[in-house]
Amino acid sequence: MNQMKNFTKGFIKENPVFVLMLGLCPVLAVTSSAENGLGMGAATTFVLVSSNMVVSLISKFIPSKVRIPSFIVIIASFVTIVELVMQAFVPALFEALGIFIPLIVVNCIVLGRAEGFASKNSFVSSLVDGLSIGLGFTMALFILGSVREMLGAGSIMNFKFIEGDGILVFILSPGAFIVLGYLIALSNRVMKSLYKS
Amino acid sequence: MEYIVIIISAVLVSNIVLAQFLGICPFLGVSGRVSTSVGMSAAVMFVMTLATIVTWTISTYVLAPLSITFLRTISYILVIASLVQMVEIILKKISPPLYQALGIYLPLITTNCAILGVALLTISKNFNLLEGIVYALANATGFGLAMMLFAGLREHMDLMLVPKGMRGVPIALVTAGILSLAFMGFSGLVK
Repeated sequence: MNQMKNFTKGFIKENPVFVLMLGLCPVLAVTSSAENGLGMGAATTFVLVSSNMVVSLISKFIPSKVRIPSFIVIIASFVTIVELVMQAFVPALFEALGIFIPLIVVNCIVLGRAEGFASKNSFVSSLVDGLSIGLGFTMALFILGSVREMLGAGSIMNFKFIEGDGILVFILSPGAFIVLGYLIALSNRVMKSLYKS
Repeated sequence: MEYIVIIISAVLVSNIVLAQFLGICPFLGVSGRVSTSVGMSAAVMFVMTLATIVTWTISTYVLAPLSITFLRTISYILVIASLVQMVEIILKKISPPLYQALGIYLPLITTNCAILGVALLTISKNFNLLEGIVYALANATGFGLAMMLFAGLREHMDLMLVPKGMRGVPIALVTAGILSLAFMGFSGLVK
């Protein structure tokens, strides 16, 4: 398998947020600022890469009937690691992301990649796949977080470029739905012109 | 009185879907028709209440006394997954009509983050068992309310002339945003 192609697919062609539209709960919930988006993306990428690696190594030994429960246990272990590490080293970010860190367990992207890709492919391919989808997810969160932060607070990565308040509604919950809706429409348009056939 | 506050704040003020962003996948996925969204909401209410009771018991009588609360995520997800499986088997045996109605939604619920989310929130809010049950029921009602409102809107939207680029998910998300804006009108109702 062409690893370069495998690596780049997560950014545009199979972007988990804009194209596959999987795991939208954390996408909507934690992107009130670009910084939170990056933190959530990093945590999810770590879980994706680690669980993909482990699943690709041991999937041959797991009977297919208990496949899904064992994948969930593997994923949950890595989520617990992320939870404890973040609580110890970046407590402020951990507080801001709150319940959505343990909820990485039920993020459909992670289980989807374990079941749909890592269980059938080699160790290296699965590692690259996890990295690709994880970074694509992080990119999407960062874009959504930046747009919301710019419109809602007039700042980006806490760097203020407009005096005074922004349009507050974009930081609150309705803004998440509306901005993501328009971004997906935009990405559909871009995809259409990129892959005309 | 306390219970009324819990109910109002969970159903209207911080609605589980529109304000807390839990359970977005079924919210967008099975909200095409009002009838399917009713079935999904009923299944969620059933499992959410059961899961909260079970996870609360485990957390209070097993995890906390042994001080192994860091195993919360793993134990909860295992309990919820097996609970859903068990409910499916029992329903099939004792109430085939109910199984017919809820059956197809049950497997989807394992990966519904609203279930695990409410179980975790119940613990972090330090509720006792009864408050936890009320909280779970209220959240499930909020889920059903948002789901049915949204399904009704989407059924009407099928007949509307939507710009080509916005068809499908984009317009659904913008609609959900407006619905969420409407629900923000309830903020300040409690406290």
